[in-house]
Amino acid sequence: MTHFLWAALVAGVLFGVGLAMSGMTDPQRVLGFLDIFGDFDPALLFVLGGAVAVTGIAFRFVLRRLAPVFADSFQISHLRSVDRQLLGGAALFGIGWGIAGYCPGPALAGLGVLSREALWFVPAMVAGALIHRALVRV
Amino acid sequence: MNSWTTALAGGLLIGVAATILLAFNGRVAGVSGIVNGVLLPRRGDVAWRVLFLVGLVAGGGMYLALVPGAYAPRAGFSVPALVAAGLLVGFGTRMGNGCTSGHGVCGLGRFSLRSLAAVLTFMATAIATTFVIRHVWNWA
Repeated sequence: MTHFLWAALVAGVLFGVGLAMSGMTDPQRVLGFLDIFGDFDPALLFVLGGAVAVTGIAFRFVLRRLAPVFADSFQISHLRSVDRQLLGGAALFGIGWGIAGYCPGPALAGLGVLSREALWFVPAMVAGALIHRALVRV
Repeated sequence: MNSWTTALAGGLLIGVAATILLAFNGRVAGVSGIVNGVLLPRRGDVAWRVLFLVGLVAGGGMYLALVPGAYAPRAGFSVPALVAAGLLVGFGTRMGNGCTSGHGVCGLGRFSLRSLAAVLTFMATAIATTFVIRHVWNWA
């Protein structure tokens, strides 16, 4: 296996452990975090806070390089516009997140313990992505 | 460790993982985008995505299986609600080009205004949805 593929695997493992450790894989805690007008549990603020503290500093140094270590170029989005697609999609995503308490990463991590909820949620999520693609094509 | 410390430690680890993927492979650790690239494959651009996702499922699953108290399955949550939520999350993250990791962890990390707009929008609708479900309908 190439260095490039090993790096992806290592990043995936660390990402999954981080999600499970953080509490994001527990939908009841996620909904408690989103329930700011009720029994609000603010601890999960530290997940995004901690992650962005690292990326906010590290990405500056990383993106100053001409290229990543194991690839020819950085493949990052150059889209700039805040348009209806972006805001409409984000709004729909948030509604789904608020219904069940799962965003994509934690739902996938749940597959690792064969969580009953993940086994329903993940195929539906894939179907949602495929429906979007089918509608865009038409 | 209490929930604040594990939340912070988990968040830092997620940030380190995203930094590794960007620094070594030049790719953004956005989970919905990585999944999408498997569903809509481009030649030479699939294997790393599969390995990242295998790692995520295995790493997350191992932690949940091995650390006492980490996995707290919820009993009796409605299956139609799970399916509806999954459809919205899958559709919405494709339409809006990202989720909590892509726009949140990575987009905010490079100070993208587009990502900030997405994060504020999905946080707002998620909070509003939870409010309606818990305090208006008194369901779940």
